[in-house]
Amino acid sequence: VNLWLVLILGGLFTFLTRLSFIYLLGRVETPRYIQRALRFVPAAVLSAIIAPDVLISDGNLDLSLGNFRLPAALVATLVAWYTKNALLAIMLGMLSLWLLQAAF
Amino acid sequence: MSLPRRDLPQLMAQFLRGVQHEFPLLVGVFPFGMIYGILAVGAGIPQSTAQAMSSVVFAGSSQFITAQLVHLGTPGLVIVLTIFVVNLRHALYSASIAPYIRHLPRPWKLLLAYLLTDEAYAVAITEYEKAGVTAHGHWFFLGAGLALWTTWQLSTALGIFLGAAVPQGWALDFTLALTFIAIVIPTLRDRPTVGTALTASLVALAAYNMPYKLGLILAALCGVTVGMLLEGKR
Repeated sequence: VNLWLVLILGGLFTFLTRLSFIYLLGRVETPRYIQRALRFVPAAVLSAIIAPDVLISDGNLDLSLGNFRLPAALVATLVAWYTKNALLAIMLGMLSLWLLQAAF
Repeated sequence: MSLPRRDLPQLMAQFLRGVQHEFPLLVGVFPFGMIYGILAVGAGIPQSTAQAMSSVVFAGSSQFITAQLVHLGTPGLVIVLTIFVVNLRHALYSASIAPYIRHLPRPWKLLLAYLLTDEAYAVAITEYEKAGVTAHGHWFFLGAGLALWTTWQLSTALGIFLGAAVPQGWALDFTLALTFIAIVIPTLRDRPTVGTALTASLVALAAYNMPYKLGLILAALCGVTVGMLLEGKR
């Protein structure tokens, strides 16, 4: 992997994405279906990253009790849902993982 | 930029207010920057490249994923494509903030677009929605954006420096999933977004063994499609 090429292209695409509508506004009309699709992008991408991170270990689906990431993720989910406090959710999730690792 | 000198105190005041409003978020961003630095070095990325990524790409979540993908030996093209998809959400921010900065000269637009991260957007849009377009509102945005930028560079550097010292057993890589949970869960307030999240999760699990980590992109596309279908039905 040529890391520098990845870095430059990744940075360029990211910058152009951020610039997109700031540049385009007033020049062209954004199609409505694109605007509708954009609303779902964050939830789709983030969920697609979260699920395997929590549920797959060593390449296989792991729903067993020995997978401490699952309860830790549930703790973070509940805290995020009820408090909307990101930092608290992350800290309590991490604490849960450490406690389970230490206890078993 | 030629500015009448009598404006200077107001510009500074707006800039500093921007920094001030960004501050609570910086407390959360600092540890993530450190963890990114630790992970990047752990994934075998050279220190200089890891640091450069923080200023060239300047997008936390995609940097985390890049570190992970590099570690797994993913082809460069797939990594670039993944960075693009993961950062597509910034187009949403761009669309939402554009009306407030459309009157600015091009260098300002380029600079503010570069600084348009999740955290800077959150603070800037809150201010714009409250105050509307004001004479010096973009200095507030600049203050918030630069405060975040500086914090991100410093915390990354510290993480890279500490990289080797953190034991594996701490499982710090899990903070990525937890951070995303903390961001995404509060946004799941209607059927279409819940459908999006569930679909993307299931497809990502089912397609996990697809070559080149393409499962992530497939899952994101399926999630967006289901969201749009559910929304269309109402």
